[in-house]
Amino acid sequence: MRIRDLTVRFGQFTAVDGVSLDIGDGEVVALLGPSGCGKSTLLRAVAGLEPQVDGTIRWGEHDLTSVPVHKRGIGLVFQDGQLFPHRDVAGNVRFGLRMHKINDPHRVDELLDLVGLSGYQHRKVTELSGGEQQRVALARALAPQPRLLLLDEPLSALDRALREQLALDLARLLRKAGTSALVVTHDHDEAFTLADRVALMRQGRVVQTGTADEVWRYPVDEQAAAFLGCGLILDARISDGVATTDLGEIALPWAPDGEHRIGLRPNALVVDPDGPIEGEVSGRVHRRDHVRLLVKLEHREVDAVASITDAPQPGEPVRLRLDPDGCALVAPRECSAGF
Amino acid sequence: MALVPLAFLTLFFAWPVVAIIGLGVRVQLFDTLTSADTWSLVGFTLGQAAASTVVAIVAGMPLAFLLARCRLPGRGLIQAIVLVPFVLPTVVVGLAFRGLMPGGGVWSIVLANAFFNVAVVARTVSGLWASIDRRAEDAARALGATRLRAFTSVTLPALTPAIGSAAAVVFLFCSTSFGVVLILGGAEYRTLETEIYLRTVQLFDLPGAAALSILQLAAVVTALVIGAVARKRRQAALKLSGSKETARRPVGGEWVVVGVAYGVIALLLTPIVHLISQSSLAGFRALSSTGHDNSLEVTGFRAALNSMGTATDATVIALILGVLSSVALTRLGKTAEFVDVAMMLPLGVSAVTVGFGYLITLDALPGDLRTSPLLVPLAQAIVVTPLIIRILLPVLRSIDERLRQAAGTLGASPWRVWLEVDVPLAARSLVTAAAFGYVVALGEFGATSFLARPDAPTLPIAIGRLISRPGELNNQMAYAACTLLVVVTVAVAVLIERFRTTVEEF
Repeated sequence: MRIRDLTVRFGQFTAVDGVSLDIGDGEVVALLGPSGCGKSTLLRAVAGLEPQVDGTIRWGEHDLTSVPVHKRGIGLVFQDGQLFPHRDVAGNVRFGLRMHKINDPHRVDELLDLVGLSGYQHRKVTELSGGEQQRVALARALAPQPRLLLLDEPLSALDRALREQLALDLARLLRKAGTSALVVTHDHDEAFTLADRVALMRQGRVVQTGTADEVWRYPVDEQAAAFLGCGLILDARISDGVATTDLGEIALPWAPDGEHRIGLRPNALVVDPDGPIEGEVSGRVHRRDHVRLLVKLEHREVDAVASITDAPQPGEPVRLRLDPDGCALVAPRECSAGF
Repeated sequence: MALVPLAFLTLFFAWPVVAIIGLGVRVQLFDTLTSADTWSLVGFTLGQAAASTVVAIVAGMPLAFLLARCRLPGRGLIQAIVLVPFVLPTVVVGLAFRGLMPGGGVWSIVLANAFFNVAVVARTVSGLWASIDRRAEDAARALGATRLRAFTSVTLPALTPAIGSAAAVVFLFCSTSFGVVLILGGAEYRTLETEIYLRTVQLFDLPGAAALSILQLAAVVTALVIGAVARKRRQAALKLSGSKETARRPVGGEWVVVGVAYGVIALLLTPIVHLISQSSLAGFRALSSTGHDNSLEVTGFRAALNSMGTATDATVIALILGVLSSVALTRLGKTAEFVDVAMMLPLGVSAVTVGFGYLITLDALPGDLRTSPLLVPLAQAIVVTPLIIRILLPVLRSIDERLRQAAGTLGASPWRVWLEVDVPLAARSLVTAAAFGYVVALGEFGATSFLARPDAPTLPIAIGRLISRPGELNNQMAYAACTLLVVVTVAVAVLIERFRTTVEEF
């Protein structure tokens, strides 16, 4: 699937602005970006649901740009399922097969097995839980074997525990079905769990594409770094894999030498009685598996993490050290201008 | 797709109405407008409509509470009972109130009009009430408000759009009410509507009638615009609410309201029970005759058969028009608003005006339509179509566009999407719409009284004729015929309740 210079406008507003993106066979790509960045619109344009489109969408040799929705062979899973309320589970999954005149009596059972809902054939869709509905929606979209599966925030309508479980399931399912997929999400964890490659989107443009690891370690600019959780950006001089910043030195063996900026996520500063950085705790929030602190240093306030057992109280002095795990290398200014 | 209904509307509605306006303006609009008689007519028309609206709202609110907030046994039955008066033929109600209040007078007119429209208030308001989150009230209670205070300060303001929209519709129905005013008011209490009829049929003063029709139209358009504004606000309000079940067993002072609601239900049943109790075996037997001194040109049973045939034809025509318009309205962009208002106009413009308009225009069409058996069904279809649209359209609009898109991505062409998604989801309300349309056509009195030929009356027309002639036999026949209509109406109301969908607007 090759998308070239795709542009969608609503009146004066350009929602998607000249996006180019390739999706390989069997590859899962995540479109990651804040809400309102145009990622859902891009998805709908690929499905053929947005009429005002410039640019081209090609599948191999076929130009799909002017093919109507129902002939594109592209599956779509909505945020909230959008199952047909007047059909049972099997009726929903069978819908696409009927439209394509595929008469395979076992296909429905196969797909329900795949999504872990064997025996649900005759259940009413209105009686299913949110997670079950999303599984049925997935089975329904996969049934006619689409060229490409589009998933629009497929898990965001679910509660957190279920979301994490289903993200893992979904990643496994997509690999097993071998379908190429484009997943829209605003949640990094979800994007990194599901996708082989991540495309970072902002204000209608794709600003960076790469593997999860690349995007996580080398955000393309400060805004991308901030979106990916870096609350603090420091100038640094790196030589022989050691970065020197005004908070001290830190070993980053993977980073190239030179003048750089380093993005620090909260877990880049860890409470350590022997740490070199001195400060005073000014805020404290209990998270699931750690304690998040707000620490006042000499010139600034920073986020830091502590383990649950030895987290200091607000007002107490604290010592911190830098942890390379929470650091990202922000691309130099002159490079980011190209995007 | 919108063209067919619009063309039909132009030919069978706009043209006759415009012709009336032309006739009225040309001849004596000025004289009529400056006459004191006219303004006392207008005053009485609006006054009785306002009084009826107030009564309908006061009686309808406890019912709305009962239907929206109380989980009590027999809810389906109550809904059917509330619906029955709305679909009862006007002559039937007129006769029932004449029997209950032999003195007649203004109050019988006001109460009869309110009786019809309690259902409009109860259904419109309960629809919104049931979807309002109960927690806003709970929050007010937690902040120290009494139950009554929580209602007046939280719930009532939230209900205002629905009450406003219901009031506008009720006011409209009451100011164009024809059958009951004709029967209960006699020559003494006249509204614009009955005056138009009397001037046309008895005084042959067509220009005078036309001039009054213009006044009527102006009032109606005003009420429609107010209604449309209120409806818009209500739709906006509905978007804010969830679909959680908000009904529960009443507690404390709520039982008082429930008691009042049951009182209203008893009052609603009174005229119906009275009517049935007045009917006698002799009356039913007499239906096979033409009445005392041949008051009718055909037998009562013949008139009943006419009614059924006419109503069936009208329902089929109205369903075709209503479905086409509703589908077009869900697909059209900006022009939808215009088509929507256009298709609603007949709901407000009095049936008498439509019937009268047919008389003065349709001879210009080829194949003299004025003597065609299709004339009455066509006029009734004009009256019924807006109701069908109001039932179908909200259901079609409530279908999430993404559901259609999901079908599209699965390989369904636009036509197939319609067949696989819209049709099955709207099927239940299509049955409701057909039933509603049938029963309204069956009882239609205003336009039909102009258009039905004496040798082919419908049952309501026959009843109207029977009670305007002396003779005990005629009276018995009228009561028997009314009972027949009541039975059919109740059966249809029960059917409608069985197929009831959650979204619906009047």
